[in-house]
Amino acid sequence: MSAPLLEVRGLHHWFGGLHVIDGVSFVCQPQTVKAIIGPNGAGKTTLFNLVAGALSPVGGSIFFDGIPTTGLPPHRIAAHGISRTFQATRLFPRMTVLENVMVGMHGRSRHGFLAGMAGPAVTRREEARVRVSCLDVLSSLGIADLARRDAQDLPFGRQRVVELARALASGPRLLLLDEPACGLNPRETEEMAVLIGSLRARGITVLVVDHDMSLVMGISDEVLVLSFGQTIAEGTPREIQANPEVIQVYLGADDA
Amino acid sequence: MSLLRRYLPVILLAAVVVIVQILLSATKLDYFLTQLTMSAYYTLVTLGLCLLMGYAGQVSLGHAGFFAIGAYTTAVLSTAGAGLLRFAPWLSIPTAVVLTALVALVIGMPVLRLRGHYLAMATLAFGFIVSRVILGTSLFGQADGISDIPAIRLFAGLVISGKRTLRVQNYYIAWTLVTIGLFLAINLVGSRVGRALRAINGNEEAAAAMGVNVSRYKLAVFVTSAVYASVGGAFLAHYNGGIGPSEAGVMKSVRYVALVAAGGMGSPWGTVAVSALLTFLSLRGAFGLFDDAVFGALLVAIMLFAPNGLFGLLPGLRRGGPRRAGRPR
Repeated sequence: MSAPLLEVRGLHHWFGGLHVIDGVSFVCQPQTVKAIIGPNGAGKTTLFNLVAGALSPVGGSIFFDGIPTTGLPPHRIAAHGISRTFQATRLFPRMTVLENVMVGMHGRSRHGFLAGMAGPAVTRREEARVRVSCLDVLSSLGIADLARRDAQDLPFGRQRVVELARALASGPRLLLLDEPACGLNPRETEEMAVLIGSLRARGITVLVVDHDMSLVMGISDEVLVLSFGQTIAEGTPREIQANPEVIQVYLGADDA
Repeated sequence: MSLLRRYLPVILLAAVVVIVQILLSATKLDYFLTQLTMSAYYTLVTLGLCLLMGYAGQVSLGHAGFFAIGAYTTAVLSTAGAGLLRFAPWLSIPTAVVLTALVALVIGMPVLRLRGHYLAMATLAFGFIVSRVILGTSLFGQADGISDIPAIRLFAGLVISGKRTLRVQNYYIAWTLVTIGLFLAINLVGSRVGRALRAINGNEEAAAAMGVNVSRYKLAVFVTSAVYASVGGAFLAHYNGGIGPSEAGVMKSVRYVALVAAGGMGSPWGTVAVSALLTFLSLRGAFGLFDDAVFGALLVAIMLFAPNGLFGLLPGLRRGGPRRAGRPR
């Protein structure tokens, strides 16, 4: 097996007196889809924010492609090739879909303040490149027709896809998806599952957090189950579904 | 086509500037040019603030402080002790601008960690400090301010001076600066950097996750806006030949914020139009004793009734304001 793309070792995090992440370790192999599931409050989103740099862990370490990224600020982590979506979509309001996606390419373009002030004479070529790439991303997700729409005016399901496009525009090697099916209807959830599945073919590794079991079980190569900040099981979707502890802690509790 | 559209405000501004001068000179109303020149220098402040507030979404209630630092620095350099810069008097304005930029850098680093109301309060406090330091320092003339600031000779025979014979020339110098300022601002907001600033305004966490170095961009736009303010202050000091502590007053800062809001928050050309007009009226004494009250009331009224600015009230011009109908979230 090749070297893992993401390696998390003995991660700890506290909020006040609450030990939300209690010694979690796992790896993500390249070009796989890994899911983190667990009941509400298990620490899924916290774990996610630690990997993305939105939070800095109290203990433990994170390696991306062998490089330590523990505690780096989010924009540095993004520069390493990790991108993300948010649980409640966080598109930029008062910007078009294309502009939103173009922000995703921020790290793959260069010109700064002075060049920006100097104007198109200096920046035209790069801007054209960014625009074309972003339109390509939109087409590849089947939403090219929305490019000029105001992002915040779109229906929620479409916003989710735009957010995915924005994350993809940064050309990530690892994509973190925080509850991508949250708020979607069954048809949209199915479409999202197909989209996520197609990412693997693009060479992207996916780490997805969700409690929609149907979505996760269908698309994941591996599943990690969190409960009260600890890993209680890890394995293929089939193994997880058969694991009695998981059924008791999570499925049982959730389905009750 | 898109280039023409993009620079239409710049072209229009240049045209209006020329037409106004010709009309006023032809009708023997050219004494209006004096207040229009001053109004241009104040408009530079609001233009810079428009980048900070309208695009990056960071409020500053301390920009009169930067204006004053620019004005007082060049005033002191060109008056104190037999002229510190006797051999190169023109250096006093660049020095003033660089110093202001450094102050903005030092103030901005801690202060820009704050958000929303807290940032507003911290910048307000900065404005107070500048104002009190000026009032308490004899070098700055305390309550009297600094007078007899000499004219400054620029290149090609251009002179920054309030002399009547140089009135037309100075009107054009001032408005050329505004036009350049507008050109640079329009370029910036249409660039990758402008996109990042709007993203920061929209959602800082998401912007950072997309690779935007949020704190550095905030700092850069803060310093840029302070530079705009200090250029306005420094030129005005030489044009008026004097500078007083009221220029550093908190009500001046509130006025700048009100003008940016009235211009439509994220609209450089709107800011220039509203700021030029209202500042001119104010300088002509149109608001009488209620001068500050007018701008305070304007700010309240804009927030309540016209969050898209005065031009947002016109149908057809409305474009992407902060509040739009039918938005549940």
